[in-house]
Amino acid sequence: MVKHYLEFEKPLVEMEREIENLKRFSRGNPLYFREQLKSLEEKLHRLQKEIFSNLTGWQITQLARHIDRPKASHYVQWMCEGFVELHGDRNYGDDPAILGGMARFNGRPVTIIAHQKGADAKEMAYRNFGMPHPEGYRKALRLMKLAELFKKPVLTMIDTPGAFPGVGAEERGQAEAIARNLRMMVVLRTPIITVVIGEGGSGGALAIGVGDRILMLEHSIYSVISPEGCAAILWKDGEKGKEVAAESLKLTAADLSRLGVIDEIVKEPLGGAHRDAEGMARILKEVVERHLKELEKMDEEELLSLRYEKFRRMGTFIDDGGT
Amino acid sequence: MTWFKKDEEQKEKREEPKPSDHLWVKCNSCNEIIYRKVIERNLQVCPKCNYHFQIPAQRRIDCVADPGTFIEYDVNLISTDPLEFKDSKRYPSRVKESQEKTGHKDAVICGEARIEGQPAMIGIFEFNFMGGSLGSVVGEKITRLIERAIEKKSGVIIFCASGGARMQEGILSLMQMAKTSAALAKLHEARIPYISVLTDPTTGGVSASIAMLGDVIIAEPKAMIGFAGPRVIKETIRAELPEGFQRAEYLLDHGMVDLIVERKDLRHTLASLLEMLKLES
Repeated sequence: MVKHYLEFEKPLVEMEREIENLKRFSRGNPLYFREQLKSLEEKLHRLQKEIFSNLTGWQITQLARHIDRPKASHYVQWMCEGFVELHGDRNYGDDPAILGGMARFNGRPVTIIAHQKGADAKEMAYRNFGMPHPEGYRKALRLMKLAELFKKPVLTMIDTPGAFPGVGAEERGQAEAIARNLRMMVVLRTPIITVVIGEGGSGGALAIGVGDRILMLEHSIYSVISPEGCAAILWKDGEKGKEVAAESLKLTAADLSRLGVIDEIVKEPLGGAHRDAEGMARILKEVVERHLKELEKMDEEELLSLRYEKFRRMGTFIDDGGT
Repeated sequence: MTWFKKDEEQKEKREEPKPSDHLWVKCNSCNEIIYRKVIERNLQVCPKCNYHFQIPAQRRIDCVADPGTFIEYDVNLISTDPLEFKDSKRYPSRVKESQEKTGHKDAVICGEARIEGQPAMIGIFEFNFMGGSLGSVVGEKITRLIERAIEKKSGVIIFCASGGARMQEGILSLMQMAKTSAALAKLHEARIPYISVLTDPTTGGVSASIAMLGDVIIAEPKAMIGFAGPRVIKETIRAELPEGFQRAEYLLDHGMVDLIVERKDLRHTLASLLEMLKLES
């Protein structure tokens, strides 16, 4: 049973309860209820399919932020072996909002860098809800340089509302830390795979997102500004306009694929990653392995020039000529 | 006590003009109301407190480039509406309004010029064009500018004035941060100097890419520079912000910019830095 559910998940949860009750009730006489149970389960499957094939931008935003949605640490645990967490930026401190370290992915060592939102209230507070300070981005950069030095591929996972807006963060150079990561990632001499696993919040997300491959889980989002923030600016009311903004911003995996920003949408189990977290990790592991194999075949020069071209091409405009 | 009376009279007179009046301007820093022509004659700098007002891109060129040396590039790059953005006004009509207001096709003007004889590739954000926001056209023009600089081995100067990303272009706007940073990475590898000049205001996505990647970072006095906006920070931390927070002087104190240069000295400072930084050939 799920712990938390969203408004549009309610009919599903109710039907699941019904099934659960029927199962309990029928324990003494399973044959008698078998037909009824079967039809209910089919109905549930149909309903789930129906709801999840017509999600609005705002509903996907809610799924991307779902409290039960698997966090980066879940994928590290289920996709990798022998994770050793590494801490600190060697400069100011350690930022728990960024999880980093070395692990084995299908046998080979990789460097992991990810936003970690936290799975429960306590961890969320400790992780600052996955909103990094500059030291988080500098830790990320330090680990990327480590990966480059020892020729290990980098796997980053994006899941953040954005970089933390605070006095200390500004004083210690939030903008500089993000900017430097962008510049360094473009020329990092090792393969980088980026997966948006939940919420991709603006520059704070991009700061670990300049990869050779950018993948997005089906119900994750990636946007220049949150729907609430966009609505607050355009309609002076973040609450009322957020649903319109979530559509306008084109922030879903399908949108980003259409806009040519991402390389692949990773299918989620029916009902979303939180319904089958282990299944999600299995699916993602396969996809990452496939991309990693492709990247490992390239030599450094090819890798870097393709990465440059990838970002060089981003954007749309009309060129009416002239120098 | 006639002099006392006179003083009051003067005060009343001073408060009479409204900042909306085209003849008068209210200083963003000291709130003094000043005759517009006085400011214009003073390179758009407040004579009372030395606050450096935003300056139209064309005037910026006049301020730093040697007369008649500026050649503009990529004049005809025009934005599209990739998101078909829903808003009270359509994105293309917002662009059109800004084009009419500024006389430019988008929010950055790029070209080459000489500064005290030193050749340089220059990019200037036009804040009056949708808040100097970083859309696809701005990203492409800056990228082309940097690529030309690599080709011609000439230093780059970018004058930033921007509220950040262009919301109406959504994720494509965010990706311009990566795109311009990628070009700057190439410039860095080619060992060609890049000086960023942060003017009021330089915030959001532009601060976290183009602005903070200068080999040398110059700020104009009292310019607002930061990643997150002060209102957002205040709402998040629920506390008052320190005095002078996110102003150029505050950033200098915290080691985030190299130097603060007054507009009247900018031309000379830029020229001498360019000359001293370039590789000996």
